[in-house]
Amino acid sequence: MENIKTALYNLHQKQGAKFVPFAGYEMPIQYSDGIIEEHKFTRSQAGIFDVSHMGQLFIKDREKLVENLEKIFPIDLQNILLNQSKYSFLMNQEAGIHDDLIITKVKGGFNIILNAACKNQDFEVIKKLLNNRYEMILHTELSLIAIQGPEAVNIIEKTIKGPSSLKFMNGNLFKYLDTDIYITRSGYTGEDGFEISIQNEKVEVFVQKLIDNGAKMIGLGARDTLRLEAGLCLYGHDINIKTTPVEANLKWAISKKRLISGGFPGHERVNSQIESGTKKIRVGITPENRIIAREKTKIYNEENKVIGEITSGTFGPSVQKPIAMGYVDSEFSNIDIKIFLEVRGKKYPAKVCKLPFYKKSYVKGAK
Amino acid sequence: MSEVKFSKEHEWIKMDGDTATIGITKHATEMLGDIVFVELPKKGSSVVKDGNAGVVESTKAASDIYTPVSGEIIENNQSIVDDPSMINADPENKAWFFKLKTKDKSEMDSLMNKEEYDKFAKESGN
Repeated sequence: MENIKTALYNLHQKQGAKFVPFAGYEMPIQYSDGIIEEHKFTRSQAGIFDVSHMGQLFIKDREKLVENLEKIFPIDLQNILLNQSKYSFLMNQEAGIHDDLIITKVKGGFNIILNAACKNQDFEVIKKLLNNRYEMILHTELSLIAIQGPEAVNIIEKTIKGPSSLKFMNGNLFKYLDTDIYITRSGYTGEDGFEISIQNEKVEVFVQKLIDNGAKMIGLGARDTLRLEAGLCLYGHDINIKTTPVEANLKWAISKKRLISGGFPGHERVNSQIESGTKKIRVGITPENRIIAREKTKIYNEENKVIGEITSGTFGPSVQKPIAMGYVDSEFSNIDIKIFLEVRGKKYPAKVCKLPFYKKSYVKGAK
Repeated sequence: MSEVKFSKEHEWIKMDGDTATIGITKHATEMLGDIVFVELPKKGSSVVKDGNAGVVESTKAASDIYTPVSGEIIENNQSIVDDPSMINADPENKAWFFKLKTKDKSEMDSLMNKEEYDKFAKESGN
């Protein structure tokens, strides 16, 4: 089957993109500047990311939708505000993560942003859990663009009036030409920024305006180094169907109220893991040498016993050193514990460290 | 000025008497992307034609470096270890990897000249 091209494919080509197949899409891994320059440009100016491969699911409100969604997601949807976004998970009965996602309450229902590789399966899982009682639309006529970095707010405000008033994890509709487009203040790079959901036929002109106003296109390569510096998980690598939110050190995303009320898949396991701890847990790791410990690198303790495995590893262009995340036996998860990473047959010293590697700069505060 | 030859693993090699200087081609650096780490063979170690002689890591992946000829390593380029971005900037000149004293110059015969390599690189597309 041929890979799907996003509505920005021609623009990517014009910008010198190198393409790779990703989750059934033909996506830019980098442009002519290369990953390190693109990464640094995002941290110092503003980068544009085509994330149109991600799923944009709308579930239309009708009776008891909130109650029924709370039977799926471990967040407090009774008290979510209009246009507020929350990070959450779709879990199975054992609290294994089907997908991580962003859910936003909008007028007339909920928007859920899903990972590209998971979206079709998520759709079926959610539909089944909702007993097929609600209208669900997985939009294909909409593109999704992120603009990230310290200049993102100025550049977007020059392009479209209004979004600078948004706070982190909040959204709204904004007038653009003859239509309204939905923009949230969010992203996955550790920078301030916005995600823009816009009709396919309008996206190229819109992105060109962002470029004219000073932003640059950034590929998946730099998206990966940016999110890893920010300590954020990549589905299919740092989290998957065999890891739980507690093991992934993401229990902050589970509502305290919902831990008590329960009713979502995996509730019992999540509760027992929070109470008595987990066997393994996700941690940040910094190698002491200039070596890169990539996914599947084995982690050893000082007694030469395997205690875990790396799930993401790269060279962090902003922190200027190798960085990694992985799972270790919980007894080795304290900050500064000395561990060893086996790279190309040799064991290199490393330390468990705090996440993120790079300080996040979100524009917070209640709306 | 001696001729520069090229291997199918995208290394270049320049002979000067018995001494071969070896590095990776511009085409190789373009495929690898930004290089952030390099490991070179130790001075005094012996390497065998087509055998492993170091590693480069880019932001994307790790790749082995092979030596196109056999010999004893007489020098390695510490400046690229300290600043791996030099390899992207000037791969076929300043950013040489190592020098070795060759054992058998006839090993050079199977390597490609510039024209053959350019054609090979273009056709292999990888």
